[in-house]
Amino acid sequence: MKIHEYQAKQILAKFGVPVPAGEVCTTAEEVERFAASLARPVVVKAQVHVGGRGKAGGIKVAKDASEARQIAADMLGSKLKGLTVEKVLVEEALDIRREYYLGITIDRAAQKNAFMISSVGGVDIEQIADKTPEKISKLHVDPATGLLDFQIRQACFAANLDPAAIASTLRFARALYDAYIAIDGSLAEINPLVLTGDGSVIAADAKINIDDNALFRHPELAEWEEESEEDEIEAEAHRRHIQYVRLGGDIGIIGNGAGLVMTTIDEVNRAGGRAANFLDIGGGARAELVRNALEIVLMDPHVKGLLFNVFGGITRCDEVARGIIEATSTMDIKVPVVIRLAGTMEAEGKALLHGASLIAADTMQEAAATIVRMTR
Amino acid sequence: MSILIDEKAKVVVQGITGREGMFHTAQMIEYGTNIVAGMTPSKGGIEVLGIPVFDTVREAVELTGADTSVIFVPAKHAADALLEASDAGLDLIVCITEGIPTQDMILAANLVKRSRTHLIGPNCPGIISPGKCKIGIMAGSIFRQGNIGVVSRSGTLTYEIVDELTRVGFGQSTCVGIGGDPILGSTFADILPLFEEDVETEAVVLVGEIGGSDEEVAAEYIKLMSKPVVGFISGRTAPRGKRMGHAGAIISGKTGTAEAKVEALTAAGVPIANTPIEIADLLKTALG
Repeated sequence: MKIHEYQAKQILAKFGVPVPAGEVCTTAEEVERFAASLARPVVVKAQVHVGGRGKAGGIKVAKDASEARQIAADMLGSKLKGLTVEKVLVEEALDIRREYYLGITIDRAAQKNAFMISSVGGVDIEQIADKTPEKISKLHVDPATGLLDFQIRQACFAANLDPAAIASTLRFARALYDAYIAIDGSLAEINPLVLTGDGSVIAADAKINIDDNALFRHPELAEWEEESEEDEIEAEAHRRHIQYVRLGGDIGIIGNGAGLVMTTIDEVNRAGGRAANFLDIGGGARAELVRNALEIVLMDPHVKGLLFNVFGGITRCDEVARGIIEATSTMDIKVPVVIRLAGTMEAEGKALLHGASLIAADTMQEAAATIVRMTR
Repeated sequence: MSILIDEKAKVVVQGITGREGMFHTAQMIEYGTNIVAGMTPSKGGIEVLGIPVFDTVREAVELTGADTSVIFVPAKHAADALLEASDAGLDLIVCITEGIPTQDMILAANLVKRSRTHLIGPNCPGIISPGKCKIGIMAGSIFRQGNIGVVSRSGTLTYEIVDELTRVGFGQSTCVGIGGDPILGSTFADILPLFEEDVETEAVVLVGEIGGSDEEVAAEYIKLMSKPVVGFISGRTAPRGKRMGHAGAIISGKTGTAEAKVEALTAAGVPIANTPIEIADLLKTALG
């Protein structure tokens, strides 16, 4: 789950990670009031899930409260890379001496959390990692011990941090790691980490992703979950506990098992079509589950046809066919539906489909070619 | 021969009293797997499907000689369950459970690695050595005994591929579903050497998908292998930055893309099938 910068900073503040004084606002009046209370220059930051927010005009500095109000009035309700800005974060402008990068994330290959620090911050860190990897100092955290002080110090020295910044960065990193573990993070990125004139470090920006599998441990984050979905259909699928990802094409895809669904998408795209979505119905094929899946896929107005690809293992094809027939018979589906069933009790499943107004295909390739042809 | 499991495996089912655990225990028994014990805390003393249930894995091992565990414990408690199995000194753990918190798995995978236990999964369909033993949730009827090793990150896609192999006469020595999670007990590079050493296995089918770098790492080992390997990668047309369901299949930046995987495997001499149906043909060519 992605959360907004202001939410990330609320979490960090709770764990003692230094963040700028700030407030999240939804109106220009609130922005003016808060900026006036700070009585110093502020930064107004759009709270939307897009990369390169600064370059896109989503981060602006105001010298006083009335300028902050004007900036917020322009920003709120406007679109930033296609997303509507509904909230802005107003923060004290920092006295920037240096900008660093600090990040913690999961390194799949090493099967550990990786801690990264760089004296080059405030920029596209992926580009730095790609072009000048020596500028990023990286270490792995043993999960049995956690992040150790000497490791952080070593990384700071290796990254050539300003000597004045080492002690405060050590405290910062320790608190950030504690927060990351406590909230089941999959990413905690501070870019930039600002070294201020007085030698302290502070999180000018913060990006935190939380492991979806661990949300059951964090009921306090439930209300943020709603906001984390940018796409309406994805949000609805999430509410119905359906694995759905919108892909932008016009051929709806439903299948069982993530790998098989991905392969089905590949087949449709290879056949010259464009898949509208990924939807994995998982095991079982009760009519209610099938109906839910169909409803989600058909919510996308671009969908001109639908491909159902199910490989029956323990869930037999005849059960799947019954589920599909029962679900579709109670729905008014206006687009062609091609079904490919294979595996356990395949013949019985296909025989059942024969009587229904659904188009059966024998192979995945044939199914993909058929639905592409029918939606042309 | 086969790898990891054969008819001699003595299996304890952790979470045998749950709905999934009980259903698949019955299926495994039907396939001929030697299930010797069940384990659910505080349910010790009862019997499920004629199998004695114990409170702890240690007790199950002491009283039944179990050497292998299969885990159906809910995600909340699954990492703890597999650490308990590892602590009891089992040879092999197959963790079926899906949705285990990643930080739990980071700890568990690292600790298991320091023990003598092999871990397969989590979020995997299990392992089957056709005709001998099935530990997991796959439909046994699709598989046939033979000489092709299969190692895959996917479940139903493996069925699809194995079904085709069986249809054209390629039986399987062992099929291993390593799972789709970001943190796995065993990766391709852990399984391939077992196939390389197995006398019954003549060639290997590797079924990968976008995300992570396990296929790229495996490619380095394949260069050293004497047996032919044929590959398939799913998600080749997936857009970047999209997470596809529970597959752990997320692409960001350059690592983990289908192109990077196909390139690495091709460089290791692995022919890559464009669609699952081509795999059998590539195997025929590879085996001459």
